[in-house]
Parts: sequence; C-alpha cells; structure tokens
Amino acid sequence: MQQGKISIQNLDLHFGKHHILKNVNIEIPENQLTVILGPSGCGKTTLMKTLNRLVELEETVKINGKIFLDNEDILNTDKDVTEIRKKMGLLSQRPAPLPMSIFNNIAYGLRINGISGRRKLAPLVEKYLRQVNLWDEVKDRLKDPATRLSIGQQQRLCLARGLAVNPEIILADEPTSALDPLSASIVEKQFAELKKDYTLVMVTHVLRQARRIADYVVFMYLGEVIEQGPVKEFFENPKMEKTREYLKGAFN
Amino acid sequence: MALKLRKFKDQFSSLWIKISLFFVVLLPVVITLSLLYKSMFVLETNGLKELLFSSVWRPLAGQFGFWPFIISSLWVTILGLLITTPICMFSAIFLTQYSSSRLLRFMQPVIDILAGIPSVIYGVWGILIIVPMVGRYLAPLFGIESTGFSILAGGLVLSVMLIPFILNVLIEVFKTVPVELSEASLSLGATKWQTIKFVVVRKSFAGIISAFGLGLSRAFGETIAVLMVVGNVVGLPKSIFDPGYPLPALIANNYGEMLSIPMYDSALMFAALILLVVVMFFNFLSRLAIIRLEKKA
Amino acid sequence: MWRKIEEKVFYYLMIISTVSLGLLLVLIVATIVYRGLPYLSWEMISQTPKGGYYFGREGGILNAIIGSLYLSSGAVIIALVISLPVSLAMNIHLKRRKKLVNGLRFILDLLWGIPSIVYGAFGFTLMIYLGIKASLLAGIITVAFFILPIMIRSMDEVMKNVPLSLIESAFALGSTRSEVAFKVMVRQTFPGIITAVLLAFGRGIGDVAAVLFTTGYTDNIPTSLMQQTATLPLAVFFQLGSPIPEVQNRAYAAALILTIIILVVSISTRYFGKRFRKTLIK
Ligand SMILES: Nc1ncnc2c1ncn2[C@@H]1O[C@H](COP(=O)(O)OP(=O)(O)O)[C@@H](O)[C@H]1O
Ligand SMILES: [Mg+2]
Repeated sequence: MQQGKISIQNLDLHFGKHHILKNVNIEIPENQLTVILGPSGCGKTTLMKTLNRLVELEETVKINGKIFLDNEDILNTDKDVTEIRKKMGLLSQRPAPLPMSIFNNIAYGLRINGISGRRKLAPLVEKYLRQVNLWDEVKDRLKDPATRLSIGQQQRLCLARGLAVNPEIILADEPTSALDPLSASIVEKQFAELKKDYTLVMVTHVLRQARRIADYVVFMYLGEVIEQGPVKEFFENPKMEKTREYLKGAFN
Repeated sequence: MALKLRKFKDQFSSLWIKISLFFVVLLPVVITLSLLYKSMFVLETNGLKELLFSSVWRPLAGQFGFWPFIISSLWVTILGLLITTPICMFSAIFLTQYSSSRLLRFMQPVIDILAGIPSVIYGVWGILIIVPMVGRYLAPLFGIESTGFSILAGGLVLSVMLIPFILNVLIEVFKTVPVELSEASLSLGATKWQTIKFVVVRKSFAGIISAFGLGLSRAFGETIAVLMVVGNVVGLPKSIFDPGYPLPALIANNYGEMLSIPMYDSALMFAALILLVVVMFFNFLSRLAIIRLEKKA
Repeated sequence: MWRKIEEKVFYYLMIISTVSLGLLLVLIVATIVYRGLPYLSWEMISQTPKGGYYFGREGGILNAIIGSLYLSSGAVIIALVISLPVSLAMNIHLKRRKKLVNGLRFILDLLWGIPSIVYGAFGFTLMIYLGIKASLLAGIITVAFFILPIMIRSMDEVMKNVPLSLIESAFALGSTRSEVAFKVMVRQTFPGIITAVLLAFGRGIGDVAAVLFTTGYTDNIPTSLMQQTATLPLAVFFQLGSPIPEVQNRAYAAALILTIIILVVSISTRYFGKRFRKTLIK
C-alpha cells in the first residue's frame, strides 16, 4: 500500500481546539525533491515538524493518523524518538547555528552519535563542509563562533550539520527565504545535487523556485491537501480550481 | 484663561519631573559620597590596608581590623550560593523546558510569595528549624560540637532566601533561548537532556552567571536573617560549624554604641561602604551582561 | 544506556527541586503558624505593652503594628511623589530618548540592589547631618529611599508596555504632556501603579535593617512624626532576643502577624497584577 519513501495516511492534527491538519494523505517519492506549496498559515511548517515529531514539543498538540517511513509507522511506535529524528535532517527558515564554534557545530551531531576524538572528527567535519561548498570559506577560522558567519553561510553550515548525522531524508522549511539572492541560489543548487542520495522535502512559497527544482509538488490550503502530483503535471495541467487560483497568484 | 492654567500645569509638572529625575540620578552619588565622607576619619587614622586585612578588632583602642568580618561575609555568601545553585538551576530548567505552562503559572506566585517574605521571618524560621538542625544533626554527623548558630546556618538560611530571587532571573534567561536552537539539536538526534546541557545552558551561560552575580550581591548585603542565626562572635571561623560575624550583622548589632565610642561610627560607616562597593560592583557587571544578552536576543 | 540513566537521574532531581520550592513555602508558613498561633490573642493586637510586658506580663504589640503601618504608608506616599513623575517622564517625555531612559533604568536597578542596611546607614548619616533625632519621620525618609527604585521600576515596567500610538494620538488631540501623563498614562496603568505601591509597601513593612538606626523604639503609638516608633519586624527581633519564654512566644505571635500582613499584601499585589493584564490595551 505504500508507494513513496514516506507515506502520510489520514493525518489529523489539533492544537487545542484548532484543527490544523485535516485528513492529510501524501506519498513522498524516494530520492526526489518534493515541494510543499501553500499560502502562509496553511500548516506547512506544522506538517514538517510532524514528520520528525518535533511538533510533540507543543503542549496542546493532538495527532491522529499514520506516517510510514520505509513501511514502519513512525508515529505510533515505541521506538526511541531520537532514532527517528536522526533519519531526517531539518533546515529551518532562519538558520539556527548552535552556540559554539563552526567546527563544533558539525561535530556536535557526530559526538551525539558516539564519534569522538579530534582525529576522527576533523576529517568528517572537513568532508561535510566541503559537501556544502563551505570549506574554503571557513577552513582558517573553524574555531570562530558560528554566529559570526553571514546568514547564507550559516544556512549552509546548518545543512552540513544535518548531513553529518547521515539522514535519509532532508526536511527544509523555506530554507532560502531569509537569504540574499546569491546564497539562495547556492543553497538551491545544493538541493538539486542532494537528490541523488537523499529524499528531500522542501516548503516554499516561491512558485518559480518550485518549478525549477521540484520533482513532485503538494499543494495545501487551510490544512488540507488540495492536489499533489509530478511537477510538470501540477503546473501545466492543474486539476483543481483552488490550485489554478493559487498559481495565478490569487492568495498572495 | 483656561489655556493659561493648562500651560501653568504643564510647566509645574515639568519642574516637578526635573527635580525628581535629578534626585534619582543624584541619590547613588550622594549615598556613596556621604558614606565615604563618614569613613574618612577611620581611613586616615588606620589606613585602608590595615582596615581591610588586619584581624585586630579593638574598638576601644581605636583598632578596627575588618578581616574577620569580611571572611565571615564571604563564607556565608559563598555557602549560600553553593547550596542554592543546584536547586535554582534544576527548578528553572524544569519549569522552562519540561513542565507544562500550567505548572509554571502555578509556581510563579509561589516564587513571588517566597520573595516577599521579610528577612526577619526567614530569621525566625532559621532559629526554629535550621539552627537546631545544624546543632543537633549536621554537626554531630561530623563529630563536631556546635550550638547550631554558625556560618552553615547562615548559609542555609541565605540559600533559601536566594532561591526566589535567582530563580526568577534564571527563568527569564532560559525563556530567551530561541526554540529553533533546541529544535536544531533535537533533530540531530540529541535527547532532550543533551539539548539542555549542550545548547540551552550554553546559550544562556552569560545570563546564568549574571543571575548568580545578582544573587551574590544580594547575599552579601543580607542582614537581619543572617544575623539571627550566624552566632555573631568576632574571630576567624575555622569551619562552617563555627559562628561567624558578617559585615551587615556587625553594623546592625552595634548601632547602639556607635556614638559613644570615638571613631566607632566612622568604622561602621566604612563597613557600610565596603558593602556598597562590593554589591555595586557585582550588580554592575551582572546587569551589564544581562543587557548585552537582551540586545542579542 | 548510560545516556538514559543520566537523563532520568537529572529529571528526578529537577522534579525534587521544583517540588521542594512549594514544600519550602509550606514549611516556612507552617512553622510560623505552628509556633505563633497559640500565643496570638486579641490582646496581642489590640493593646500596647503594659508595665512589665517585657517580663511576660500583659499587653500587646499594637504599637508596633500601627508603627509599621504608619512607617510604610508614609514612605510609600513620599516615594510616590518622586517615583510617579520619574516613571511618567521615562515613558512619555523621554520616550524617544532610548539611551537616556535605559541609562536611568540601569541606575535604578543598581539602586534597587543596594542592601537595606546601607540605606539604613545612609539614613542615619543624613539624620545626624540634618539634626533630626531617631523618629517616625527619619524612618519614613529612610524607607522611602529604599523603596524608591522598587516603585519606579515596577511602574516603569507597566508603563513601557503602553503603545506609543496611544500616547501620540493623545498629543494629536492637542493635550499637553502633563495631560497625557495623568489622563492617559496614569489612567491606563492605574492597576499597575497600585501593584507597584503594594509591592513597595510590602517591602517597607517587612524591612528591619533600614529602620534599625532611624526609628528608635517605643511602647507608645506615635502621635507625631517627630516621635519614635516601634515596628513589627523590630518587635519580632527584639522580643526574640529576650531570655524570658513568654516574651519569646510573643515574638512568634508577632512574626505570625507580620506574615499574615505580608501574605495579604502579596496576594492583593497578584490580584491587581492579574486584573491589570486583562485591562491593558496592547
Ligand atoms: N504552537 C501552536 N499552537 C497553536 N496554533 C499553532 C501553533 N503553531 C502553529 N499554529 C497555527 O497553525 C496554523 C498553521 O501554522 P504553520 O504550520 O506555521 O503554517 P505555515 O508554515 O503554512 O505558514 C496557523 O494557523 C498557526 O496559527
Ligand atoms: Mg511556515
């Protein structure tokens, strides 16, 4: 019954009395980039945080439904939640570098997962910084606090930090919206490359961006999934009236 | 006519405001200068070094060595801070990171009421509970005989008084840590506790130090509660079960004789000046650090 | 595995700490009630000390109760005269001069941190300089100094939340600054001002160190500002120092009375604080 890497089935989510996600069903294909579109407030961020179960930090949250990752229900399981979270790297809207040095930002996740000692850590830190094309920019100041980097560099650092714990999936919540155009295009290009090895889920409200890099598109409105499909079909031949309105820019 | 009256009112209130502002800005200066002026007498005759580091306390002979009092003050203050630190840290972390917001709302008045209880009540409570506890149970545990009126009793009472004070600051500090940071750490597979240890506490480090800096200056100046349980015996305490005699207690206990012994009043005002300088110093640094923190957040 | 154990251990330590806060409050209040209640009588709160009171004979501590109320009320009134204009100025006249206002806040926070015994010593110096004897007046002035920063900063905290737009629209209607201050700001933050006053009143009534030098002590209820006065905390402190058990017991009763007054003040402070949050336009 599961077709995608991640299969969201009949997902309902409430914050207190507010019904935020309404019977959401999504199939997220493996090793592709899925873009989630929708006007602000429609529940995109909430959906992302439900995937890696960060949403459980909210006191009033109530969740019903199933989320399968490789045929395993990750919502209703006794499995350690940290194991689930580790499989999904998260990139937030504003980069959130940890309050430590550039080196330790990458090493943090490695240490958490049991790799220690500078000799083992250093080559790994270099590897992941190279992967996001940040190594040459920071190799001489690895001991500087990460907050000294520019916003664009910080976002790439956060991406590298996420990659370092070997996730299978990367969740990105409007990862380029706080960045300058140049950094945004660098991050975007990296996403296109990462598709080879990872399943990517990205929230955006920039239609052009979605069109450029998406393989699969999900459109949400007021907590409901209105339409989903391969990118070409979605943009060229939308089936729902709401989607057509949205693509015309009616909600912005 | 009505307009004139309005204008007059406005001018009058402006004047009133200017005077009040002037008063407030001048107050710390006047306090410091007047204490300094009063201390000049004993400073000139005994010298600063002698006053601070001599242990000879003979008011009738005009010898005022504050060292034993300074040491007592330090002992009591440090002990109070040490005892209070884990309680404050654990509670603040629990209330901001683990518990429901309902529990935090429930605890807030508890903390406020603890903060509002007068020193003298803490003192009475100390005499009834802490002093016997130290004298009858804690001291014998170490094979020491003690009346209970001791540095340790002072430290314990102080630690209780410091809890609401420091806790309130800590809660504010932990609240300023952005959720995104915790989320970033959690999504890397860290447990909640690891996230708190390595990210939340680290991010709040300056704020935590400031909270305890404010607590320290509060503890250093606390008078009546400590005075009631600390024993008030002049001399260098050898252990925490010995009685001590902190600076504020010295001032409070001797105001009666202050004017009948020459130079005594000057010496006591010097003690008040030491308190003022130490307290202002730590307050200054802590407040500065907190302002920096708020700016960044 | 070790990770889990560590987390569990600390989790329970945190719960114990938090619960102990509540227990501590209960323990303190219970101790005071348990020791004070048996000796609390109508006589205690309705009479001044009679001859031989300090040897365990009749009388009460009405002098100290009234003295404390006089002292703290007087101090609050004086402090209000200075603190109200300062906090109004910080949030109306100087609202746009951020640096200056923050500088003032910094000074006030430092003043707040000065121990009351230092205020006491300062008040004593001032008293001698002005040639006033230990009296209700000297005490009132000293306590007023001591609660001044508390009052200003508490009022400031509520006033700074009043939106600039509200103030500006009042100016736009042609109000003078003093009209904006009293008709808009004071009205808008009135419960907050009451809260600040109650907070300061509580501090004033509970403090010993500031009044030790300045109020003297007497068995009579003062009838003028120049007379000496007893205060409740001092009554607790002095009677506790007595070797006679009856007198000590009365100290506990006095402590209970003081605790009750403080609890009432604390709870009404909260009550007004809460009401305030509801009425404030944000
Ligand atoms: N912690 C929360 N408590 C209550 N409501 C929330 C919470 N977080 C988000 N919401 C509500 O959920 C809805 C969806 O929010 P969000 O997922 O952030 O939307 P999007 O990311 O699409 O802009 C919004 O209406 C928002 O107000
Ligand atoms: Mg969002």
